[in-house]
Amino acid sequence: MISWLKEEGKDRDVVVSSRIRLARNFEKYNFPVKISIEEGQSVFNEMAAVIDKSHYAIFKTKDIPKIEKEMLVEKHVISPALLGHSDISGFALSQDETETIMINEEDHLRIQVLHSGLSLNEVWHKINQIDDRIEKNVQYAFDEQLGYLTSCPTNTGTGMRASVMLHLPALEITKQINKVLSTVAQFGLAVRGVYGEGSKTMGSLYQISNQVTLGDTEETIIKKIENITRQIAEKEKNIRNSLMEKNKLEFEDKVFRAYGVLKNARMISTEEAVRLISYLKLGISMDVLKGNTINEMDKLFIEIQPASLQFINRLEMSDIERDIKRAETIRNKLI
Amino acid sequence: MICSECKVNQATVHVTKIINGKKTEMHLCEECAKKYTGFSPGFSIQNIMSGFLTDYSKSDISSIQCRQCGMTYDEFKQNGKFGCSECYKAFGKKINPVIRNIHGHDRHIGKLPSRAGKALINQRAIQTMKSKLKEAIDSEAYEKAAELRDQIRKMESDLEEGEK
Ligand SMILES: [Zn+2]
Ligand SMILES: [Zn+2]
Repeated sequence: MISWLKEEGKDRDVVVSSRIRLARNFEKYNFPVKISIEEGQSVFNEMAAVIDKSHYAIFKTKDIPKIEKEMLVEKHVISPALLGHSDISGFALSQDETETIMINEEDHLRIQVLHSGLSLNEVWHKINQIDDRIEKNVQYAFDEQLGYLTSCPTNTGTGMRASVMLHLPALEITKQINKVLSTVAQFGLAVRGVYGEGSKTMGSLYQISNQVTLGDTEETIIKKIENITRQIAEKEKNIRNSLMEKNKLEFEDKVFRAYGVLKNARMISTEEAVRLISYLKLGISMDVLKGNTINEMDKLFIEIQPASLQFINRLEMSDIERDIKRAETIRNKLI
Repeated sequence: MICSECKVNQATVHVTKIINGKKTEMHLCEECAKKYTGFSPGFSIQNIMSGFLTDYSKSDISSIQCRQCGMTYDEFKQNGKFGCSECYKAFGKKINPVIRNIHGHDRHIGKLPSRAGKALINQRAIQTMKSKLKEAIDSEAYEKAAELRDQIRKMESDLEEGEK
């Protein structure tokens, strides 16, 4: 059910995904904040007319049930902001879910390509072509000096946001994570915990992305993120190895306790499940656990999120019902 | 370490911003850090922008309005988003330094859209021809000037054709 997540990709045991988004606007219309409903619909209709229907399915946000929309957000296939302007917004989604063209989000177009593992070069290659194809039919808002003009001046220039999602449990356990993250920030990149509220990161997942969109080429930005990501991945793997070497029993104990709870729990919250799945992934990457793959765990991670859980089971559920169904889903998935 | 933004949560993200060559360190909690990351849910740049923009709040710039979409500078300051591509010109004088502050640069050197980019290249060529034309006229080389003028006309009509 999560087609874009695959076993393949560089440094797959550390890098969950690579994503690029491009912000683009039609020259002839006001940006979505100031657009009339009629013109907003024109943006949608003009895109619908030029999109290759054999490759993409196209939807209006307002036509999709609430749970399904939230499920798509949990899958990272669309952005939460798209649900904001639901009277004029929509999206085109490729069959394999790796490509999304969001319409009337903060900008007229937000093109997204999403792959598993460290694959920003590949993702850039693909999104660049999609952008070229769209541009054949659309006159973009573009300025010689400022590049692609976007609704928010923090995106102007390339209009590109490239990011990677990293699983860094060993750096967290050994409390070296902050040091690593502040180094990343010194390269002008932004870091944030992907899930969770307040200062708590869920599932040891971190996202690294470019902050600056003006004054560097797309290739330079991508190379920078790729390089830093490779270094962090290596560091994370080294620490995983040394954790195993130094105290194999303690390491195995943590992993098998997590497995024990997940394989037997009858009710479980998202938070607890996500925390424990993170340990399973760590165990799988070190061959301590052998039944399941990293990719299966990444899929499971999304499948047990509230909306996805309800969508898959075609059932609206209360909190407690969800906790029960979540535990059952995990038990069935674990080998 | 406590978050320097909300002064409540534990700071877990450390951001270094280099603005006009000056290094500023920020220690933020996850929540506050989100505000500094583009494309994240509920992202707002008010916090970044307001720091740069306060200087202008007392001057008459706040009443400037974009003729294309009707957005006022005040409105822009509030939500940090432009209403249309013309806003960049309407508020240009005040906005360009802000953009430079955000990005540390002021010129796009990345991808050129093949259409807008093509026009850009042609426009530059026409500009060059026009200055040649002026030179020719100044030096009373009228035959050459006539030739250049024809070439420019052709380039301009090609350019218009290309834009259709
Ligand atoms: Zn804070
Ligand atoms: Zn405007």
